[in-house]
Amino acid sequence: METIYGTWPWYIGGPLVALIMLALIKLGKSFGFSSNFRTLCSALGAGKSCDFFDFDWKAQRWNLLFLFGTIVGGFVASHWLANHQAPPIAEETITTLQGYGFQSAGKSYLPPELFFNLDLKNILLLLVGGVFVGFGTRYAGGCTSGHAISGLSNLQWPSLVAVVGFFIGGLLMVHVLFPFIF
Amino acid sequence: MRKLVFVLLGVAFGIVMYKAEAASWFRIFEMFSFQSFHMYGFIGSALFVGVIGVQYMKRKAKDVDGNKINIQPKAKSIPRYLIGGIFFGLGWALVGACPGPIFALLGSGVFSIIIVIIGALLGTYIYGVIRKYLPH
Repeated sequence: METIYGTWPWYIGGPLVALIMLALIKLGKSFGFSSNFRTLCSALGAGKSCDFFDFDWKAQRWNLLFLFGTIVGGFVASHWLANHQAPPIAEETITTLQGYGFQSAGKSYLPPELFFNLDLKNILLLLVGGVFVGFGTRYAGGCTSGHAISGLSNLQWPSLVAVVGFFIGGLLMVHVLFPFIF
Repeated sequence: MRKLVFVLLGVAFGIVMYKAEAASWFRIFEMFSFQSFHMYGFIGSALFVGVIGVQYMKRKAKDVDGNKINIQPKAKSIPRYLIGGIFFGLGWALVGACPGPIFALLGSGVFSIIIVIIGALLGTYIYGVIRKYLPH
């Protein structure tokens, strides 16, 4: 049981995600999570003010069902398959994070300093981070699922460009901007 | 019936993302610090299975309705993938979760992630409005 309740190793997690992608392809669909944001914008009526959202979003309902399942999966994993799971991250990472004031590093799943202490700064950080995620994924035409997993599995070089972009952005945030933010 | 399959695949995805810690802010920070193999192994092993599976299916398999497997190739260009990718990477590292895990975290009871979701919808809308002025 310990193996279920603890961290699932990468060589279990990675192949399982690939199998989920292959199952979606078998069902005649494709694995791309961020397009749900566009679908949701359209379902919320954004098509009236912007033609990018004026499309038959109901054809994407299967992906919204997948999204609903993902929410349920997060509930099942955290409530029934885990007991305060805390990722065993590297010692050096813990030291670096403690330097930024994240005393929770190595002791919790997420830093409560950012997610459970909702002062104005944290609200703005989460909001701005979300805007970047939404804007960037649509501009790049996909996120980690659509490009890093699906696109690269289909040997698409544009997806490799996107993944290089993901890393430029991520490294910039963690190594250049974090010292100013935290 | 097929609707239920999509939900169940989503459930499996949410569980895997949470349990293998791709939904952990700490794991994403660790990945961008190059201090652990975990996330690279995760993506690498997904690609190992994914490349073989997709290449096989494109050549030999049909989908459940009997149609040939047809995966839309990505439009060829550089600016949209590079610039859009950089924006996404900035957001990914800041909130510590990409779109799928964001919703797995919502299910796990991290309700502040709703702020991220609102931001992402806003960002998607901004893209829709200004896309004609952006290089693609």
